[in-house]
Order: sequence, then C-alpha cells, then structure tokens
Amino acid sequence: MERNLAYVALFAALIAVLGLIPKITLMSGVPITAQSLGIMLCGTVLGARRGALAVLLFLGLVALGLPLLAGGRGGIGVFFTPSVGYLIGWPIAAYATGWITERFGAGKPLALTAGIASVIGGIVVLYVPGIIGMAAMLDKTLPQASLLALPFIPGDLVKAVLAGLVTAALARARPGAVLSRS
Amino acid sequence: MLSLTSPIRTPYHALRASTKLLALCVFTLAVTLSGDPRAVWGAAALVAGLYLAGGLRFAAAGLRMLRPLVFFVAIVALWHGILGEWAEGALVIGKLAAAFGLANLVTMTTRLDDMIALVERVAAPLARLGIEPRLPALSLALVMRFVPVQLQRAAALGEAWRARSRRRPGWRLVTPLALLAIDDAEHVSDALRARGGVRPPASSKG
Repeated sequence: MERNLAYVALFAALIAVLGLIPKITLMSGVPITAQSLGIMLCGTVLGARRGALAVLLFLGLVALGLPLLAGGRGGIGVFFTPSVGYLIGWPIAAYATGWITERFGAGKPLALTAGIASVIGGIVVLYVPGIIGMAAMLDKTLPQASLLALPFIPGDLVKAVLAGLVTAALARARPGAVLSRS
Repeated sequence: MLSLTSPIRTPYHALRASTKLLALCVFTLAVTLSGDPRAVWGAAALVAGLYLAGGLRFAAAGLRMLRPLVFFVAIVALWHGILGEWAEGALVIGKLAAAFGLANLVTMTTRLDDMIALVERVAAPLARLGIEPRLPALSLALVMRFVPVQLQRAAALGEAWRARSRRRPGWRLVTPLALLAIDDAEHVSDALRARGGVRPPASSKG
C-alpha cells in the first residue's frame, strides 16, 4: 500500500520534472519535451494500474492549478484546449504500455519489449483520443485532424526507443524496483 | 511550489471553489453546444468583461494565460483562410477562447488550498467503499513536495554533466533522474510505514 502510493507519487512528480527540464531539439529542429517520455516510463516501469494512477495524479495536480505541463502550462483551462484528447489519452496510454510490458516480456530483452510497448501504448493508443479531441475542438474531420498530428510522430518514436533503453537500464540498476516485472 | 493563482485580488477570489467549477461546467457546455455565432461571441465578450472587472493588470495576466491557444489559432486561421471560410474559423476560435478563458479565470482566482479542500470533501464518501479518503490529498501533497526536490536534482545533474562535457546533457539525464525517483519512492514508503502507514486516522499531513 505505502510502497504503491510512494511509487505513484514519485513518478507523477517525475512526469512534471521531465516536462520542465530544458527541451530536447531533434535534428529536424522540432523541439520536443520529455513529458510524454515520462508517460511511457510510468507504464514500462510501474506497470498498467500504477502507471495509469501516476498519470491521473499528475493530471489532477495540473487541474488544481499547478503549472506542470510542458512549457509551464496548467489549470483547468488545459482541458478546454484542442490538446484535451491527448491529456485524456495519457492515462490510457500508460495503462496500455504497462499492460503490454507486463504480458509480453518473458524471455525477451526488456529494452525491446518496453520500447515496442511504448510505441503501441504511447503513440498508437494515445493518438486515437488525441486526434478525436483535435477534430472535435477545431471542428475538423478525423483525416484532417490526423494530418495535424503527423509532425509529432518522429519525436514520439525517438521517445519510445529512449523509454525502452531507460527502462532496461533501471532494471539493471534496481532489479526489484521495476514493478511491471514483479 | 508556485501555483497559477493570481496575486491580484479580485471579487472572484471570495467565491467558493465548488460554485465556480459548477458555473464553469454549465457555461462551457452551453458554449460548446451552441452553434449560434451571436451566442458564442456574447459568451466571449462576457468572459472578457469578467477579466476587465478585476482590473487592467489582472486582465493582462489573463491574456498571457491564453498563450497556449496561439498555435491552434494560427492553424485554424491558416486553414480557414485558405478555404475562404472566415466566419466558421472565427467561430471555432471564439468558442475556444471563451471556454479556455473562463476555465483560466477559475484557476487564477482559486487558491490551491481551497482546491485541495474540495478534493478532500469530494473524496470523503470513498470511506464507505473501503478506500482511505485521505489518500487523494496525501498523494497530491507528496507530489507537490517532490517536484521541487526532483527539479533541484535535475539541475545538479545538469551542472555535473556540463562540468565534464561541452555537449548538452539532453536525454542522458532521464535515467539518473528516474533512478533517484525510484530510490526516493523506497525511502518514502519506509517513512510512511514507520509513521503508522496510510490507514490510521492520524491528523498529520504527510
């Protein structure tokens, strides 16, 4: 109980910190923040349920008015912007990422499983509500909204690879702490 | 940690958090469902008026809070500009600005303590389901305590990196940061258990 609470809270804080540290600029010049990497890590490290709870806790703090989203945004207002679908999708993405890491990991390298889980959970699963949200808020059709999401896919692929590598490194350093494997 | 609550006092600061949130829900639902341009622009004007009633400096702070919309406004303007559908584009932007503006107003005029008190009140019935009702507030407090701690760590790790390399640390900070979060989590869970755990109805606030 206490251990679960502590992990959920500390990883909620980690999502916030990854959004606030200086952003990484890709070769293409598209600036990305590590916040969505935090969402993936919640799934790959904490597993489905605890990962989703950590993301929900983080979103709760944002809603209460703390400026913890990338770029220092926050408040209830962020749930009324076209990005709302991504915010709603985050806990679902963390759950899916964690679920895949838990189920399909046995005998395979963790970096590979966690990386693939991050692609499916953190990109495929996440973009569905994300695109629906943009379509609804900007009054566009789904194909038009999908077009708007395209530029973010390369950055998210990089983050999924990083999520896999970081998860494997964490499992080597603290074997008992990667809860998605216990 | 700094919250987005405005230090400029307005009459709205005195209103109850629950009242403001309820009003926000009703208002946003009405604006979103309405297709009538007059209603949408009326709503946007009303929100602007509410800000101005709090003083010019307050209204300027509110305007700065709208920055996240700039990207989407540019896209909508470009899109509808190419298609020549200016009226539809303006309507989308009006709806966004009205709903986002009023939500920001609630955030700017409600103290974090009041929001957390509301969470505690809403969570109270959880006790009947066998869930510890202090859990949500305790988790929120833990995160608020540890975000500044981790930010400081991130800064220290960044400095240590720059002392050794001319390149930017970038993603290489993520692993040590996550590792420290894991170690902190173990310590926090030990500390919580040593103080009797989450269950007993102690009055201390984590």
